[in-house]
Amino acid sequence: MIKLVFFASLREELGCGSLEIEFNQPLRLSALIKQLEKKKGNHWGKVLASESVKIAINKEIVVNDELLSDGCEVAFLPPVTGG
Amino acid sequence: MGFKVLIQTEAIDFGKEHGLLQDSGDSVGAIATFFGTVRDFNETRKVESISIEHYSGMTESELKKILNEAKARWKISAGTIIHRVGKLHVGEGIVFVGIASSHRKEAFQSCDFIMDYLKTNAPLWKKERHDGGEDWVSSKESDQIFARSWEKGSY
Repeated sequence: MIKLVFFASLREELGCGSLEIEFNQPLRLSALIKQLEKKKGNHWGKVLASESVKIAINKEIVVNDELLSDGCEVAFLPPVTGG
Repeated sequence: MGFKVLIQTEAIDFGKEHGLLQDSGDSVGAIATFFGTVRDFNETRKVESISIEHYSGMTESELKKILNEAKARWKISAGTIIHRVGKLHVGEGIVFVGIASSHRKEAFQSCDFIMDYLKTNAPLWKKERHDGGEDWVSSKESDQIFARSWEKGSY
Protein backbone atom coordinates (compact mmCIF):
# COMPACT_ATOMS: atom_id res chain seq x y z
CA MET A 1 0.00 0.00 0.00
CA ILE A 2 1.17 3.51 -0.79
CA LYS A 3 -0.40 6.44 1.03
CA LEU A 4 -0.84 9.68 -0.89
CA VAL A 5 -1.48 13.00 0.85
CA PHE A 6 -2.42 16.35 -0.64
CA PHE A 7 -2.21 19.68 1.15
CA ALA A 8 -3.85 23.11 1.19
CA SER A 9 -4.83 24.42 -2.26
CA LEU A 10 -3.96 21.07 -3.89
CA ARG A 11 -6.35 19.22 -1.60
CA GLU A 12 -9.12 21.65 -2.52
CA GLU A 13 -8.35 21.58 -6.23
CA LEU A 14 -8.43 17.78 -6.28
CA GLY A 15 -11.21 17.44 -3.73
CA CYS A 16 -9.10 14.83 -1.93
CA GLY A 17 -6.93 14.97 1.20
CA SER A 18 -5.50 11.49 1.11
CA LEU A 19 -5.90 8.14 -0.57
CA GLU A 20 -4.28 4.73 -0.58
CA ILE A 21 -3.30 2.73 -3.59
CA GLU A 22 -2.41 -0.94 -3.88
CA PHE A 23 1.27 -1.72 -4.18
CA ASN A 24 1.76 -4.33 -6.88
CA GLN A 25 5.33 -3.75 -7.97
CA PRO A 26 8.00 -1.07 -7.49
CA LEU A 27 7.07 2.02 -9.45
CA ARG A 28 8.57 5.45 -10.00
CA LEU A 29 6.93 8.74 -9.08
CA SER A 30 6.26 9.60 -12.72
CA ALA A 31 4.47 6.26 -13.18
CA LEU A 32 2.41 6.91 -10.07
CA ILE A 33 1.27 10.28 -11.43
CA LYS A 34 0.39 8.66 -14.78
CA GLN A 35 -1.58 6.00 -12.94
CA LEU A 36 -3.50 8.67 -11.01
CA GLU A 37 -4.19 10.59 -14.21
CA LYS A 38 -5.60 7.46 -15.81
CA LYS A 39 -7.74 6.64 -12.80
CA LYS A 40 -8.86 10.13 -11.79
CA GLY A 41 -8.71 12.17 -14.98
CA ASN A 42 -6.45 14.61 -16.83
CA HIS A 43 -7.01 17.29 -14.24
CA TRP A 44 -5.06 15.25 -11.67
CA GLY A 45 -2.11 14.77 -14.00
CA LYS A 46 -2.03 18.47 -14.79
CA VAL A 47 -2.27 19.58 -11.16
CA LEU A 48 0.27 17.07 -9.78
CA ALA A 49 2.86 17.54 -12.52
CA SER A 50 2.85 21.33 -12.08
CA GLU A 51 6.35 22.78 -11.62
CA SER A 52 5.34 24.58 -8.45
CA VAL A 53 4.31 21.35 -6.71
CA LYS A 54 6.96 19.74 -4.50
CA ILE A 55 6.91 16.08 -3.60
CA ALA A 56 7.99 14.48 -0.35
CA ILE A 57 8.50 10.78 0.24
CA ASN A 58 8.26 9.78 3.89
CA LYS A 59 8.40 13.50 4.79
CA GLU A 60 11.61 14.26 2.87
CA ILE A 61 11.55 16.43 -0.25
CA VAL A 62 12.68 14.59 -3.37
CA VAL A 63 13.71 16.10 -6.68
CA ASN A 64 14.30 13.00 -8.79
CA ASP A 65 11.96 10.42 -10.23
CA GLU A 66 12.32 8.16 -7.19
CA LEU A 67 11.38 4.51 -6.97
CA LEU A 68 8.53 4.04 -4.50
CA SER A 69 8.45 1.18 -2.06
CA ASP A 70 5.60 -0.56 -0.29
CA GLY A 71 4.35 1.34 2.77
CA CYS A 72 5.73 4.72 1.77
CA GLU A 73 3.90 8.02 2.10
CA VAL A 74 3.98 10.36 -0.88
CA ALA A 75 3.00 13.98 -0.21
CA PHE A 76 2.16 16.61 -2.79
CA LEU A 77 2.90 20.11 -1.52
CA PRO A 78 1.87 23.42 -3.08
CA PRO A 79 4.26 26.39 -2.56
CA VAL A 80 4.62 26.97 1.18
CA THR A 81 3.44 30.19 2.85
CA GLY A 82 4.26 29.91 6.55
CA GLY A 83 5.87 32.52 8.77
CA MET B 1 17.53 24.96 27.58
CA GLY B 2 19.26 24.57 24.26
CA PHE B 3 17.40 24.25 21.01
CA LYS B 4 13.73 23.57 20.48
CA VAL B 5 11.06 23.52 17.79
CA LEU B 6 7.34 23.61 18.58
CA ILE B 7 4.18 23.53 16.48
CA GLN B 8 1.17 24.52 18.52
CA THR B 9 -2.39 25.79 18.39
CA GLU B 10 -2.02 27.77 21.65
CA ALA B 11 -0.91 31.40 21.78
CA ILE B 12 2.85 32.01 21.95
CA ASP B 13 4.03 33.29 25.32
CA PHE B 14 6.67 35.76 24.13
CA GLY B 15 7.78 36.79 27.64
CA LYS B 16 8.28 33.19 28.76
CA GLU B 17 10.24 32.23 25.64
CA HIS B 18 12.39 35.32 25.83
CA GLY B 19 13.08 34.62 29.51
CA LEU B 20 14.15 31.04 28.76
CA LEU B 21 16.65 32.30 26.17
CA GLN B 22 17.95 34.92 28.59
CA ASP B 23 18.52 32.22 31.21
CA SER B 24 20.24 29.84 28.80
CA GLY B 25 23.76 30.44 30.10
CA ASP B 26 26.20 32.99 31.48
CA SER B 27 27.96 33.33 28.12
CA VAL B 28 24.79 34.78 26.58
CA GLY B 29 25.20 38.45 25.78
CA ALA B 30 22.67 38.92 23.02
CA ILE B 31 19.15 37.76 22.23
CA ALA B 32 17.49 38.48 18.91
CA THR B 33 13.88 37.59 18.29
CA PHE B 34 11.44 37.72 15.43
CA PHE B 35 7.74 37.68 16.22
CA GLY B 36 5.41 37.51 13.23
CA THR B 37 1.81 38.56 13.82
CA VAL B 38 -1.42 38.55 11.83
CA ARG B 39 -1.96 41.93 10.16
CA ASP B 40 -5.32 43.23 8.97
CA PHE B 41 -4.45 43.54 5.28
CA ASN B 42 -2.74 41.69 2.47
CA GLU B 43 -2.05 43.51 -0.76
CA THR B 44 -5.31 45.42 -1.20
CA ARG B 45 -7.62 43.30 0.91
CA LYS B 46 -8.77 43.60 4.48
CA VAL B 47 -8.01 40.39 6.39
CA GLU B 48 -10.32 39.20 9.17
CA SER B 49 -8.48 36.07 10.27
CA ILE B 50 -6.16 33.39 8.95
CA SER B 51 -5.95 29.64 9.31
CA ILE B 52 -2.70 27.76 9.06
CA GLU B 53 -2.33 24.17 7.92
CA HIS B 54 0.85 22.08 8.07
CA TYR B 55 2.28 18.66 7.29
CA SER B 56 2.60 17.17 10.75
CA GLY B 57 5.97 15.54 11.31
CA MET B 58 7.61 17.07 8.27
CA THR B 59 7.20 20.64 9.54
CA GLU B 60 8.99 19.77 12.78
CA SER B 61 11.81 17.96 10.98
CA GLU B 62 12.30 20.80 8.46
CA LEU B 63 12.44 23.38 11.25
CA LYS B 64 14.96 21.25 13.17
CA LYS B 65 17.11 21.06 10.04
CA ILE B 66 16.99 24.86 9.69
CA LEU B 67 17.93 25.34 13.34
CA ASN B 68 20.81 22.85 12.96
CA GLU B 69 22.01 24.71 9.87
CA ALA B 70 21.99 27.97 11.86
CA LYS B 71 24.03 26.23 14.61
CA ALA B 72 26.53 25.11 11.99
CA ARG B 73 26.88 28.61 10.51
CA TRP B 74 26.98 30.76 13.65
CA LYS B 75 28.16 30.39 17.22
CA ILE B 76 24.85 30.42 19.04
CA SER B 77 24.00 29.21 22.54
CA ALA B 78 20.28 28.56 22.31
CA GLY B 79 17.49 28.79 19.78
CA THR B 80 13.71 28.48 19.67
CA ILE B 81 11.30 28.24 16.76
CA ILE B 82 7.58 28.17 17.54
CA HIS B 83 4.96 28.21 14.80
CA ARG B 84 1.23 28.25 15.34
CA VAL B 85 -1.33 26.32 13.35
CA GLY B 86 -5.12 26.56 13.27
CA LYS B 87 -7.24 29.70 13.31
CA LEU B 88 -5.63 33.02 14.25
CA HIS B 89 -7.09 36.51 14.52
CA VAL B 90 -5.59 39.89 13.67
CA GLY B 91 -2.87 40.83 16.15
CA GLU B 92 -2.08 37.28 17.29
CA GLY B 93 1.42 35.84 17.06
CA ILE B 94 2.06 33.43 14.19
CA VAL B 95 5.72 32.63 14.60
CA PHE B 96 8.45 33.16 17.19
CA VAL B 97 12.13 32.79 16.42
CA GLY B 98 14.58 33.56 19.21
CA ILE B 99 18.33 33.13 19.28
CA ALA B 100 20.75 33.61 22.17
CA SER B 101 24.45 34.09 21.53
CA SER B 102 27.45 35.84 23.01
CA HIS B 103 27.45 38.65 20.47
CA ARG B 104 24.75 40.50 18.54
CA LYS B 105 25.75 39.74 14.94
CA GLU B 106 25.34 35.98 15.38
CA ALA B 107 21.93 36.47 16.96
CA PHE B 108 20.66 38.92 14.34
CA GLN B 109 21.98 37.01 11.36
CA SER B 110 20.88 33.55 12.45
CA CYS B 111 17.40 34.84 13.29
CA ASP B 112 17.12 36.41 9.83
CA PHE B 113 18.45 33.23 8.19
CA ILE B 114 15.96 31.01 10.04
CA MET B 115 13.00 33.14 8.95
CA ASP B 116 14.14 33.18 5.31
CA TYR B 117 14.48 29.40 5.27
CA LEU B 118 11.27 28.82 7.21
CA LYS B 119 9.38 30.90 4.65
CA THR B 120 10.59 28.75 1.76
CA ASN B 121 11.10 25.26 3.25
CA ALA B 122 8.66 24.54 6.06
CA PRO B 123 5.43 22.84 4.89
CA LEU B 124 2.99 25.40 6.27
CA TRP B 125 0.15 27.07 4.39
CA LYS B 126 -1.89 30.16 5.24
CA LYS B 127 -5.47 30.77 4.23
CA GLU B 128 -6.94 34.21 4.68
CA ARG B 129 -10.52 35.02 5.52
CA HIS B 130 -11.55 38.43 4.22
CA ASP B 131 -14.78 40.25 3.47
CA GLY B 132 -15.05 38.55 0.06
CA GLY B 133 -14.50 34.99 1.27
CA GLU B 134 -11.40 32.83 1.74
CA ASP B 135 -8.19 32.45 -0.24
CA TRP B 136 -4.93 30.56 0.08
CA VAL B 137 -2.02 32.99 0.38
CA SER B 138 0.29 33.00 -2.65
CA SER B 139 4.00 32.43 -2.19
CA LYS B 140 6.26 35.39 -2.98
CA GLU B 141 9.20 35.36 -5.36
CA SER B 142 10.97 37.80 -3.01
CA ASP B 143 11.02 35.08 -0.30
CA GLN B 144 12.87 32.75 -2.68
CA ILE B 145 15.39 35.52 -3.41
CA PHE B 146 15.95 36.18 0.31
CA ALA B 147 16.52 32.47 0.95
CA ARG B 148 18.91 32.13 -1.99
CA SER B 149 20.95 35.09 -0.77
CA TRP B 150 22.25 32.93 2.10
CA GLU B 151 23.69 30.42 -0.37
CA LYS B 152 26.13 32.87 -1.87
CA GLY B 153 28.05 33.37 1.33
CA SER B 154 27.37 37.08 0.91
CA TYR B 155 26.46 37.69 4.53
